Amino acid sequence: MRSLSAVKATSIKGERAEGDNRTRRDNMTDPAPRLGREVIAMRVAREFRDGEVVNLGIGIPTLCSDFVPPGVQLMYHSESGLLNCGPLADEGHGDVDLINAGGQFLSPIPGMAYFDSAEAFAMIRGGHVDVTALGALQVSETGDLANWFLPARGVGNVGGAMDLAVGAKRVIVAMEHNGRDKTPKIVSECSFPLTGQGCVGLIVTDIAVIEVLPEGGGLRLIEHAPGWDAASIQSHTGAKLAVSPDLAEITLA
Amino acid sequence: MPIDKTVNNFAEAVSDISDGSVVMIGGFGGAGGMPHLLMLALRDQGSRNLTIVGNTAGIAAPTGFGWPEGVEPIDHAVLIENGQVTKVIASFPVSGSVSRPNAFETGFRAGEIELEVVPQGTLAERMRAAGAGIAAFYTPTAAGTMLAEGKESRMFGGREYVLEEALHADFALIRARTADTLGNLIYKGTSRTFNPPMAAAARVTIAEVDEIVEPGGIDPERVDTPGIYIQRIVVRPPVLEGGLELP
Repeated sequence: MRSLSAVKATSIKGERAEGDNRTRRDNMTDPAPRLGREVIAMRVAREFRDGEVVNLGIGIPTLCSDFVPPGVQLMYHSESGLLNCGPLADEGHGDVDLINAGGQFLSPIPGMAYFDSAEAFAMIRGGHVDVTALGALQVSETGDLANWFLPARGVGNVGGAMDLAVGAKRVIVAMEHNGRDKTPKIVSECSFPLTGQGCVGLIVTDIAVIEVLPEGGGLRLIEHAPGWDAASIQSHTGAKLAVSPDLAEITLA
Repeated sequence: MPIDKTVNNFAEAVSDISDGSVVMIGGFGGAGGMPHLLMLALRDQGSRNLTIVGNTAGIAAPTGFGWPEGVEPIDHAVLIENGQVTKVIASFPVSGSVSRPNAFETGFRAGEIELEVVPQGTLAERMRAAGAGIAAFYTPTAAGTMLAEGKESRMFGGREYVLEEALHADFALIRARTADTLGNLIYKGTSRTFNPPMAAAARVTIAEVDEIVEPGGIDPERVDTPGIYIQRIVVRPPVLEGGLELP
């Protein structure tokens, strides 16, 4: 097992520097540094099993492909009409006919398959995608997901998020635990318009890993970031967390 | 007389798109798979009060989405900036940030353009249904969300599904790599996206292609979109007048 302290020194720096400049509207203090986006992605990547079909959303989830454990081979699915792909293309070597759902240029690998949008989403709704990792604005204690529409803006991009929310066999949310003003993003009920109902199975944040229990069973804290205990995580969360008897520090295999 | 769907130039290809038409525009949002020269021709043709249907509403300028560094994007924004569009149907209409509005968002805020947001998979399937003679279908996507408001829903196997109707168009402007003169098409890479379902959903589909070959020039085992869905094909030059190179 790889020690978290080995990666956090490099991965957290940029995030903290940015965070220190943010204005905060309350006095909730962080007992320890928060994990960087790359570390969240590393923890999400630990969930992927050898041979799974994986769809990665825009943002932190896209980073997951850099941290897939050795010996795990995945089939990446993209709404851009692609099964299997290489890593992001080198700067200046992008091919406009080989992009991911975020419009980034990819490199080719042997064994790719191309298809149109109707088929790309038939695959998703049809239950052929094993797991998707998505960003979120809010997740509720029953696994409702809100990630496409900010009421203050009045217009939003739904993209493929609603299809993935209902279609992927497993939905993992990768996000910061709190908004820039420290508002909890894990809440008893979403106040933002929903992407899907009861669809989220696991939440990985910059301070915790939380399971959404089936049948409205609520949330269970299973892992914490270094220096964060259950009480400090609960105080930054807008829904009640049950604490796993096996609560452990986040590890990155 | 041998069938030949080739049209001589882009202006002729779009000349009969009239005011008030519903026009589908192919591609995903980036440079690949987009009918750049058909869009410019429609801008120059000037028809107004258009409803445009696409995955995005033209996000390349503020985001660089799918465009090579340093190349000026050509997308739906050329029609919106020209005041030709009064309604957009899309899944990804705006940029990722309110501080970087695209032409559509500016028009939307000014009350000049109406918006119908459709989940990407539902958008594609509504086109597929239109092309396949299916009036409507039940999908689990968007159940219990504001995009299902006002729509019929029904339980199947204990799960809620939303009734979505076929989406037809008067014209589809699509992009492919190779056509034969009968309109059989081959695409390249991830540049299929919405082009095949749009081709089937529109009354008149116009394909902008890199090359046109004689019948037999495409292996029938490898045709992506059969020519039955294609009414016109027009070939784009590798380099535009003035030396502008298209991606």
